[in-house]
Amino acid sequence: MNASYAECTARQRIERLFDADSFHEWLPPAERLTSPHLAQLGVPCAFDDGVAIGRARLDGKVVFVASQEGEFMGGGVGEVHGAKLVGLLRRAARDRPDAVVLLAESGGVRLHEANAGLIGVSEVMRSVLDARASGVPVLVLIGGKNGCFGGMGIVARCTDTVIMSDIGRLGMSGPEVIEASHGVEEFDSRDRALVWQTTGGKHRFLSGDSDVLVDDDVEAFRAAAIAWLGVQRPAILDSLEAEHRLLSERLHGAPPGADAIAFWRQIGIQRAEQVSELDSEALRELRSDAGLNREPS
Amino acid sequence: MNWEALAGRLFPESHGIEAHGDLLYGTGSVDGECITVLGTTNHAPIGVGLALNQARIVLDTVARHTGRPILLLIDTKGQQLRRRDELLGINRAMAHLGCCIDLARRRGHRVIGLVYDQALSGGFITSGLIANACHALPDAEIRVMGIPAMARITKISEERLTALSKTSPVFAPGVDNYIAMGGVRSLWTGDLAVALRESLASAPTNDERAADGAARGGRRLAAAVIQRVLDAA
Repeated sequence: MNASYAECTARQRIERLFDADSFHEWLPPAERLTSPHLAQLGVPCAFDDGVAIGRARLDGKVVFVASQEGEFMGGGVGEVHGAKLVGLLRRAARDRPDAVVLLAESGGVRLHEANAGLIGVSEVMRSVLDARASGVPVLVLIGGKNGCFGGMGIVARCTDTVIMSDIGRLGMSGPEVIEASHGVEEFDSRDRALVWQTTGGKHRFLSGDSDVLVDDDVEAFRAAAIAWLGVQRPAILDSLEAEHRLLSERLHGAPPGADAIAFWRQIGIQRAEQVSELDSEALRELRSDAGLNREPS
Repeated sequence: MNWEALAGRLFPESHGIEAHGDLLYGTGSVDGECITVLGTTNHAPIGVGLALNQARIVLDTVARHTGRPILLLIDTKGQQLRRRDELLGINRAMAHLGCCIDLARRRGHRVIGLVYDQALSGGFITSGLIANACHALPDAEIRVMGIPAMARITKISEERLTALSKTSPVFAPGVDNYIAMGGVRSLWTGDLAVALRESLASAPTNDERAADGAARGGRRLAAAVIQRVLDAA
């Protein structure tokens, strides 16, 4: 049975994506670990502070898991939320599971506790890199309605593998923030096509910012996570030099302005003007034809 | 303090730091040891280009100068808020800068951040906040956003936020709040050359910020929650 990943709650995603009944939660809602900062502002709290963490199995492999709830504060990272992520990643560096799988859905730092959130996200970044340095692959899955932005958008690119659906979005600043700063001429946040062309899963996949493009389906995410579970992208000098060359060439070769179709054409994508109508399978072929694919090995 | 005056006080004998647009780059010496200095000025917004320029300097230091310390001079109004930067993957470029600094740390380069003017949100997270330790000058400004903007977005009145900010360091702008929460290790006052030398000598290898935040009373939960996750059955 197909189930929309975007429509699932954070806990439904865990339940359906990992092996049946395999999830064991750490600091579950019964412990009522809430944000004192939200309480102080009179804002409703969640007993898990918007993120479920624990261990589970994926195709029999032991994985550590975090799933952010986009419906609670947009998945924003506050002190407790961030510390749960850091604890999970430090535990991964210590216990060496087969992988860490982050089901990310977040606008980034939770503004109600912005300073704690900002430091917290930077601690998450460091602990992702620590987990990877200890040999544990970290995967991030992005397919929630709130996308993955701000500090969590940076964290996503600090992992080994990014898996996105076509309706997932990944970036730094959301369109509303850019419009508020530089005007509707810079970014019309109500232009859905423009929003998806700029930060959506298809663009991220074609540009290589996402390794895998899947349909908005929990089973498709599961299959991709299984296929990429052991893949590592070592953060060593050679690979960072390669990343630097890629990003520099992309920046200097990019056509002027911010036109996604011109950008896709420039990186060698055929039928660039049809991208919005093509499905995941067709896009995988286009990317493969352009010689841009990275395969699990 | 402008960067020229700052550089003069950090390296009273001489330094080779230059501004290339908003990018600062060069070397200084501490007790005869050469250190790489890089950063930004003019409250530069960090876009793809400026993130990559800084990453290049870090990679060159790692490749050519084993163990050479790195000083990050921070003055940024945050990430570049442009559609082109989003299209070109600004989050990936910033992550790359963070990964380069992280690599330098792992290979034994001590990396120190210094907020000498402004440090805002996205421009700060992959510079000072991923160094071994980040310090600040007393008149530096560190924040995610100001209270008026925060009031608009959270729908909580400015009066209420301002009143709460007197007792809670978690959301209001201010370098003192970042010290209390462990995000900034210390304020540099007096002789800045001495402060730099001492900070290099005492740079922590592990991420001690949550523990610092608990000890200083500004971030009481993070360290305990991390420990609870580590200990959970």
